[in-house]
Amino acid sequence: MTVRIVGLVGALVFATACGGADTARSDDRVAHSSGQLARGDVPLGTIGRVATAAEIQAWDIDVNPTGHGLPIGRGTHDSGAQLFAAKCAVCHGARGEGMAIYPKLIGREPHDDFAFGRDPKLVKTIGNYWPYSTTLFDYVRRAMPLNAPGSLSSNEVYNLVAFLLAENGIIARDSVIDQRTLPAVRMPARKRFVRDDRTGGSAFR
Amino acid sequence: MSESISRRALLAGVAVAAGGVVLDQLPLSAQNAQPAQASVPPDPSLVPGGPTTPVSARSPFESAVRTPAGVITGPAYSPIHQLTGTITPSDLMFERHHAGVAVIDPAKYKLLVHGLVDRPMVFTLDDLRRFPSVSRVHFLECSGNGRNGYRDPKPELTAQLVDGLTSNGEWTGVPLATLLREVGVKRGATWFLGEGGDASKLSRSIPIEKAWDDALVAYAFNGEPLRPANGYPARLFLPGFEANTSIKWLRRIKLIDQPNMSRDETAKYTDPLPDGTARQFSFVMDAKSIITQPSYPARVAPGWIEISGLAWSGRGKIARVEVSTDGGAHWTDAALQDPVLSRAHTRFRFPWRWNGKPAVIMSRATDETGYVQPTLEVFQATRGRGTDFHFNHIRAWTLRGDGTVVYGARA
Repeated sequence: MTVRIVGLVGALVFATACGGADTARSDDRVAHSSGQLARGDVPLGTIGRVATAAEIQAWDIDVNPTGHGLPIGRGTHDSGAQLFAAKCAVCHGARGEGMAIYPKLIGREPHDDFAFGRDPKLVKTIGNYWPYSTTLFDYVRRAMPLNAPGSLSSNEVYNLVAFLLAENGIIARDSVIDQRTLPAVRMPARKRFVRDDRTGGSAFR
Repeated sequence: MSESISRRALLAGVAVAAGGVVLDQLPLSAQNAQPAQASVPPDPSLVPGGPTTPVSARSPFESAVRTPAGVITGPAYSPIHQLTGTITPSDLMFERHHAGVAVIDPAKYKLLVHGLVDRPMVFTLDDLRRFPSVSRVHFLECSGNGRNGYRDPKPELTAQLVDGLTSNGEWTGVPLATLLREVGVKRGATWFLGEGGDASKLSRSIPIEKAWDDALVAYAFNGEPLRPANGYPARLFLPGFEANTSIKWLRRIKLIDQPNMSRDETAKYTDPLPDGTARQFSFVMDAKSIITQPSYPARVAPGWIEISGLAWSGRGKIARVEVSTDGGAHWTDAALQDPVLSRAHTRFRFPWRWNGKPAVIMSRATDETGYVQPTLEVFQATRGRGTDFHFNHIRAWTLRGDGTVVYGARA
C-alpha cells in the first residue's frame, strides 16, 4: 500500500509540474497495476539537473528551413571556391564530381525529370535532389570535413554553401549568402518530396 | 557494400593531410581480434580443461564474422546465415557508422533535453540508470538493408550481404516519455530532434507521438552495457523504425515545432518513387523475411532439409510465414518459433525433402496488420528499380542440381 500512496503523490506532483492537459497523460500513470514500480514512484525533479545556458548554446547547432539556428555571417561563391579546393576537393573532386564513395555534389541532371525512382543509374546531388537550402549549412557545419568536423567558422560554412549553390546553378555567382538570404533560396527538388502514405494492412505502396 | 570508406582509403585521402584526427580515436581491437588457437588433446575426456576466464571467447573452430571490417562511414553486415534462433550476439550485431565509432567516457556522458520545454535539463548516465527501466526484445534494421540484392543481384550473394543489416535482442533503458515528463513539454512541440555525440553528429527529426508511445533511451543490449559500436553509453531506440533514427551516442534531444530537414531525412533515407516523387519520413520497416538456411554458399544433399529463416515487421507481430519450393507457384505455412514478439525477429522453420532437382525456394511474411510481403515484380512496379531504401520484396534462393545454392530465382 505504501508504494501506491507514494505513487499517487508522485502523480499529483507530475500533474502540477507539467501544468497542462496537453502534456499530462493520465494513461501513463495508471499503467502500473500488479505491484510493479511505476513512474509515479519517482517524484519529478529528483533526477537530473537544469541545463545551463552555456551548455545549451554549445550544442544547439541545428538549423531548420525557416533559418532558425543560422548564425551571423556571410559567404560568397568566390571565397567558397578557394575553401572548397583546399578542404573538400580531396574527397569530392575539384568540380564536386565525387570520387569513389565520396558523393557527387554538383550537377542538375536529369533537370526537371526527377526520375530517380525509375532509373537506378541517376546520381543524386545537391542540385538535383536536396529539397532545402538550410540543410546545407546544418550538415556542413556539423559533419564536414570528415576528418575535422566542427573546424569551420560560420563564414567559412556560408562561403562553402554559396559556392555549392552557385555551382549547382541555383543562385548567381555574385549572390551573398547569409542568415536572411539562405532560407529564401528555393531548391529545384523542393516540391518532389511527399509524406509517407504507407499504413500497413493489405495495401502495398 | 556500395557506401563505405575504408581505413586505407581514408588514410590515403584525408587523414594523413590532416593528421589522422579521426583514426587516432578508433578502437582497433575489435577489428584485429583473432580467436586464440587452442591446442586440442586427442581425447579431451582424459585431461583437465582450461581455467575460467574473465570474458569468454568464441570457439576457435567457429568463424562467423561481420563484414567488411575497417569501415568508418559505411556498414558491416551481420552473419545471419551462420546464426540460429532469434537473438543476435552483441559482437556480431550489424554496424552502420557515419564517422566511425565514437569513444565516450561514461563519467563525462550527458544527455541534454531542451527546446520547447518548461525546464531544459541534463541527465548523466547514472541519472538515466536511476529512472524506472524497461527491457524489450526488438529488431533493429537499417532501411538500406537489401540494397545489394535489389540493385546488384549476383548469384554469389550471401544472406549476410543480402539482409545482414538487421539484428535482434533485448534492449534496456528508460522510456523517452519519462524524460519528457521531467522537462515538461510545451504546447506546440510536435517533433523532436535526436542528435548523436559522434563526429557525424547525426540528427533526425521524429514525430513526438513516437516519444510518448515507445521510444527508449537505451543503455544496455542483451544484458550488458551497449557495446561502443552500438552507441555506448546511451542511444535512442525507436522500435520498428528504420535504424538510422535510433541515434547512437545520443547527446541531445530537442523539442521542436517542425522537422529540421536534416541531411539524413532529405538527401538520404528518402525513397524515390516511379511517379517522380520521393517519399520522406518513411520510418516504419515493412514486413519481410529471408531464408537463411540453406543459402549461398551452402551445398546441400538430396533428402530432408530444414528450411529456416527470419521474419519481422515494424508494425507488430509476424502472423504467418509461408514457404514455396517451386518458385512461388504454391505456398505452405512454416512453423513459427514461440514466443512471437511484436517488432522482433521471428524464426520460421519448414522441413522439406529435396529430390535433387533444381528448385527455387522462397519465404513470404504476413504481419498482424494483414500486410503481405510483396513479390519482386510488384515491388519493382510500385517502388521502381531506382528506389533506394526499404527493400522488402520476397527473396529467392535457387538450389541447383549439384546441390549448390545461389541468390535469386534462376532457371
